[in-house]
Amino acid sequence: MDLLDDPVPGSNTPEFSVSEIAGRVKKLIEGELGWVRIKGEVGRVVLARSGHLYFDLKDERNVLSCMTWKGQVPELGTMPEEGMEVVAEGRMTASGFQSKFSLNAQRIAIAGEGALMALLEKRKKALAAEGLFDAERKKPLPYLPEVIGVVTSPQGAVIRDILHRLRDRFPRKVLIWPVAVQGAACAPEVARAIEGFNVMTPGGAMPRPDLLIVARGGGSVEDLWGFNEEVVARAAAASDIPLISAVGHETDTTLIDFVSDQRAPTPTAAAEIAVPVRHELAAWVEQAGGRMAASLSTSLVRRTQRLRDLARALPRPDALVEGPRQRLDVLGDRLGPALIAGVQRRRVRLSDVSGTLRPAVLTRQMRSEQQRLNTMSDRLAPALARIAARRREQLEARVARFAPRLLIQDTDQARARFDAVRGRLQAIGTHQIEQLRARLDAMDRLRETLSYKATLARGYAVVRGGGEIVTTRAAAETATALEIEFADGRLKLGGTTQPKAKSKPPEQGSLF
Amino acid sequence: MTDRPVDEMSFEEAMAELEQVLGQLERGDVALDASITLYERGAALKARCETKLKEAEEKVAAITLDGDGNPTGLKPVSDL
Repeated sequence: MDLLDDPVPGSNTPEFSVSEIAGRVKKLIEGELGWVRIKGEVGRVVLARSGHLYFDLKDERNVLSCMTWKGQVPELGTMPEEGMEVVAEGRMTASGFQSKFSLNAQRIAIAGEGALMALLEKRKKALAAEGLFDAERKKPLPYLPEVIGVVTSPQGAVIRDILHRLRDRFPRKVLIWPVAVQGAACAPEVARAIEGFNVMTPGGAMPRPDLLIVARGGGSVEDLWGFNEEVVARAAAASDIPLISAVGHETDTTLIDFVSDQRAPTPTAAAEIAVPVRHELAAWVEQAGGRMAASLSTSLVRRTQRLRDLARALPRPDALVEGPRQRLDVLGDRLGPALIAGVQRRRVRLSDVSGTLRPAVLTRQMRSEQQRLNTMSDRLAPALARIAARRREQLEARVARFAPRLLIQDTDQARARFDAVRGRLQAIGTHQIEQLRARLDAMDRLRETLSYKATLARGYAVVRGGGEIVTTRAAAETATALEIEFADGRLKLGGTTQPKAKSKPPEQGSLF
Repeated sequence: MTDRPVDEMSFEEAMAELEQVLGQLERGDVALDASITLYERGAALKARCETKLKEAEEKVAAITLDGDGNPTGLKPVSDL
């Protein structure tokens, strides 16, 4: 029996240990294949917690496991997604640990335009569903931005075109945020630039722009692909500063165009959208000044004309006062004579009145009145005495006629008449009472004869029991006590002894 | 008319109000006193527009970035 480590003479079969063969295979694969490009569909993708990326590439028959180390991931270009048709570029290698060969993928690109477009459609649908493309989200662009932020490559035709067109129309302050406009760095840099402009302070050392332009020249779908990345679209959608997208030529549409506030077909067009033409505005302002002056003077002319027209329609001031003035003249003329005449008339009346008004007249009148007064006061005392004497005489006559003797006589006569009447009334009253008494006696006697008591005298009796009159034997037997009324009084029978009398007869009966 | 001082207006605001003032003046239905006030306001707005138009200075600068892509400063650009 041969041991394996015993060399077999005559045989040249190479012999290895496991590690040796693993090393040889690794060397062989890496040496023979080295750097390769492999096209396939991405299968399962795992981004490990360590940061390393593991995924499968497959076709109809086979599966190739791929891995990208953490440090290589940022350079990858495209993150693989399951179902993506890609071309992966990298180094073939083998691992003896698992007896497995694999690709260390260092660059991934979407395979072919059709696959890219399918991916773009998928992203568009997802973002549209979130409402990022909605018209209400679009912000109006400022009419004349003071500062314009441009996100693009600092070299090349694009920035030059933009600056030239801005210079032609309306020179502005422009801040250029340099970015890579293709390749793997493009999307994160563009997104970073949009966010960076948004966090600047208005009027600061780095003044925050009023308007952003994200621009790139024409290129292949792959060249423009960075602007189809979700990070870029999301950054543009989140921008508070109005944003114009100008990526590629007019026929190229990238994802950022859907979320931007306005899409420009070219970078030059973006500059045209961004600012108005200065000299046109200057002309307008100049014209506005002219129009303002013209309309003001037109308005003045019109008002002057109107004033003139109105003034013409007014009557002459002289004509207005003519009539009244005439009346004034006439009245004024009459004023003097009228005054004189009035005074004259009053003077005549005064002299008429004052003519009769002399002191002598008054004195004479006073004297005659005094005389009348004296005469009357002389007659006053005798007249009073005369009246008093007459009244006294009348009083004395009346007193004489009044005598008490006559009164006493009258009273005596009246008393005698009263006594006579009283005597007659008494006699009549006594007689009437006697008559009534006699009739009452007669009636009482009659009553006595009719009463049952007279019957009692003839031998009859009234029997009572318990207060009631007893008329039958049966009633008498049941009564506890009986009372018999005779003519000379009442006799009580039974009462308390009667019940005993009732129980006696049986006892006596038993003795016999 | 807005209450905003003319000196603080943007070109667009001043222009919009100037347009309004013109419209009112040209319709001619404002009182004479008011139209004079309007004219003065219009003249101030026009002056503001002219000032903003004169501020048409081109100044181009590129942002300089550090290794992490953070903006660090401005570098004038004159050769474009």
